[in-house]
Amino acid sequence: MAQEMSLDVNGRAARVTVDDTDTPLLYVLRDDLGLHGPRFGCGLGQCGSCTVHVDGKAVRSCVTPVSGLPKNAKIVTLEGLGGPDRLHPVQAAFIEEQAAQCGYCINGMIMQSAALLNESPKPDEAAIRQALAQNLCRCGTHLRIVRAVQRAAGTL
Amino acid sequence: MNAHTLSRRNLLLQGGALVVGFSLSGRGALAQATFPAVPTDGFPKPVAPDQVDSFLALGADGRATIFSGKVDLGTGVQTALAQMAADELDLPLDRVSVVQGDTALTPDQGPTYGSLTIQKGGVEIRQAAATARARLVQLAGERLGMPADALVSENGVVRPKSGGPGIAYAELVKDGRLDLKVDPAAKIKDASAFTLVGKPVPRLDIPEKITGRFTYMQDMRVPGMVHARVVRPPAIGATLESVDEASVADVPGLIKVVREGDFLAVVAEKEWAAIKAAEKLKAKWSSWAGLPEQEKLWQHVRATKVTKDDVTSNTGDAEAAMGQAAKVLEASYDFAIHTHGSIGPSCAIAEFKDGRLTCWTASQMTHALRKQLAAMTGLKPDVVRCIYVEGSGCYGRNGHEDAAGDATLLARAVGRPVRVQWSRADEHGWDPKGPPTLVDLKAGLDAQGNVAAWSSQFLIPEGAAGNVPLVAASLAGLPHETALSPGNIVHNSAIPYAVPNVRTVCHRLASTPFRPSWIRTPGRMQNTYANEAFLDECAAAAGADPLDYRLRALKDPRGVEVLQRVADLAKWQARPSPVKDASGDVLRGRGISYVKYELYRTYVAGVAEIEVDRATGRVRVSRFFVVQDCGQIINPDGVRNQIDGNVIQTLSRVLMEEVTFDRGAVTSLDWASYPILTFPDVPQIVTELIDRPNDKPWGAGEPSAAIVPSAISNALFDATGVRLRSVPFTPAKVKAALQAS
Repeated sequence: MAQEMSLDVNGRAARVTVDDTDTPLLYVLRDDLGLHGPRFGCGLGQCGSCTVHVDGKAVRSCVTPVSGLPKNAKIVTLEGLGGPDRLHPVQAAFIEEQAAQCGYCINGMIMQSAALLNESPKPDEAAIRQALAQNLCRCGTHLRIVRAVQRAAGTL
Repeated sequence: MNAHTLSRRNLLLQGGALVVGFSLSGRGALAQATFPAVPTDGFPKPVAPDQVDSFLALGADGRATIFSGKVDLGTGVQTALAQMAADELDLPLDRVSVVQGDTALTPDQGPTYGSLTIQKGGVEIRQAAATARARLVQLAGERLGMPADALVSENGVVRPKSGGPGIAYAELVKDGRLDLKVDPAAKIKDASAFTLVGKPVPRLDIPEKITGRFTYMQDMRVPGMVHARVVRPPAIGATLESVDEASVADVPGLIKVVREGDFLAVVAEKEWAAIKAAEKLKAKWSSWAGLPEQEKLWQHVRATKVTKDDVTSNTGDAEAAMGQAAKVLEASYDFAIHTHGSIGPSCAIAEFKDGRLTCWTASQMTHALRKQLAAMTGLKPDVVRCIYVEGSGCYGRNGHEDAAGDATLLARAVGRPVRVQWSRADEHGWDPKGPPTLVDLKAGLDAQGNVAAWSSQFLIPEGAAGNVPLVAASLAGLPHETALSPGNIVHNSAIPYAVPNVRTVCHRLASTPFRPSWIRTPGRMQNTYANEAFLDECAAAAGADPLDYRLRALKDPRGVEVLQRVADLAKWQARPSPVKDASGDVLRGRGISYVKYELYRTYVAGVAEIEVDRATGRVRVSRFFVVQDCGQIINPDGVRNQIDGNVIQTLSRVLMEEVTFDRGAVTSLDWASYPILTFPDVPQIVTELIDRPNDKPWGAGEPSAAIVPSAISNALFDATGVRLRSVPFTPAKVKAALQAS
């Protein structure tokens, strides 16, 4: 049954219609709302490229059914974290460190790191590596990513 | 009407659309989708590789558009190509845009593989740009009544050297085109005049990728588009016996179950519906068990029919010299089957309209794909257009082309534009694989311990870098290639050292268990691994320091330089392997390796420092040192990024990766069953680049991967005294080897 839902995405109210309330948040964000930040990587919660913030926490949107979201959940995607004219410090640090190759995983790296810095503003290198241990990068950009997070945390 | 045309006005529009599409709107997909359809009233856009206008166009707004047949697969070459073109055209970088891999607009410069984008693609663009600049100066001279050598081009203007007003490029060329052939003799700028080449220019694509404004292939949308998922056979060679369409009748928005031979897919209005339908669809397949038993893979490889021998080097008389050697060593090395492991599974969109097929694809070879799609559909190639849209990194020929084939069949079946997104299991299960490689080596040492005779046999599938057959065409029984195309995997089977008697032979096999293709550094990696690890065995047998042993046999000064510099960088202590005082729970060692890529270009030497946990067999790489000489460096930061990528990705392949399979299909279908290296295990990487600005630029995307497996095997031997000869060096294998020693 088609069902209309209201979501708070990047600070705006969005109304979407889903045929199935089990639809993962990822598809609503990408296909209904046209967002590019959260990316499909595995659909299994294994790689992290779909990561978004739900009420400030990093969440894997590919395994989060829209019906399972907390009431009035505030969803933030990479686009909402910061834009070209108002970069989030983590985004600015990723640009500064040129921390991307293909960049497909980078959404997850930035969203996971931003959530980490919210909770722990001055992580050391080992803590950053541990926080990103479940985020996969195939191009091998790990070292730049770690440096970018260190830079954003002001620990470089 | 087939000619794709550009007018001066449209060029401006398109330049604008590209900029907006990539940098501001976040809705670039549509801007880019409409981009190719605009031109109607201008001149035909040539794509012939001998025409300057094939490679570049000068806009009325003073901007240049570069048309590159090579594409950016996430390596940053778009920026590097723009640097090369901008320098040669005397334009600032922000006035240069790059259109990539559009069969209607860009010349066919060959597929984007083999570390050739700068070396071949960039060099061709540079030559066209140099030709254009010379013509602009000539045209200005005619207008100003001055000889060319009295003029200078600068910042998009040609002006007298003596001063005074100049003429902008846009005023010098009619309709932005030059209408002349690329002049192979056009003078390229002297390195001292470069302002962009050689500099760590920030990548053009990174800001959009960091802010979610970039449009990947997976983000592309075209008007009227619907979504599809493929339903692959549960066993590779199974045939489709029946489909129960009623099993998905209740999926909302289902458009069609498409069946063509053994090709099966579902098409729906929404993506989630397509995913659900693909999961729910009941189909009956025949049984098939044509794969070898994995435990007997190497026996299978040895038993496979050899169709021909490629003798890749033959100097002196290796066999006779072996008989006279003071000591003879023999060993076999194997290297597992790998998947590309793209983080974003393959995706494509196809649309049939007015008898024409347009396919948006992340293919590394749009021009070749166009021919494949034409062959599959029976269309003439000139009504098929493939447009490159960057996808997730592919590291070779992954599933991108296959997704394009899927989308094409489905768009034809439903009469609407269809987007096909592969699942994770589709990608791990059905991307073509890096074939298993088995190498037998034999060396004869003279009384001083030097290699007097070297003989090697490589068991590798036949074929070269042709088109890998499309899965859709194969399953649907439509025309497709039948030859194997594993890449040019014979490279680096011959050795870069001065050994008096050498014979290296590639025995080409008639078949290999999975559809083969190239994965980053194909063949060069496996062959260098066997050669450089076995050479270390010779050094150990001779009681020699591995660096010194290499230098003794190396006559190439650029090779000697990378080895000596990496030794300095890593503070290499001269001594034979293994290390003498190996004791304790954690064993430490170092290994060195060297490659001259394809024996004619990029030189790389590397040193690995590792720790081995004796109890678990777990290998941890703490530091990896690389020195690389790839001739003229276009963007040193880009090169460093590629070296990081090569080292980390290859460590993952060497320490962890192996495709698993049963008799019917791949069983490593996700990241749990095919794990890759993660953040806690990534080593420090220390890189030193040797820039030779007056030389030709060579590739950097692959060569440094070639040295990694052998450096690790050599470090493992140094640490433990045990030689690992079977990639991946998993904890189980290392532990078993330690226990057996």
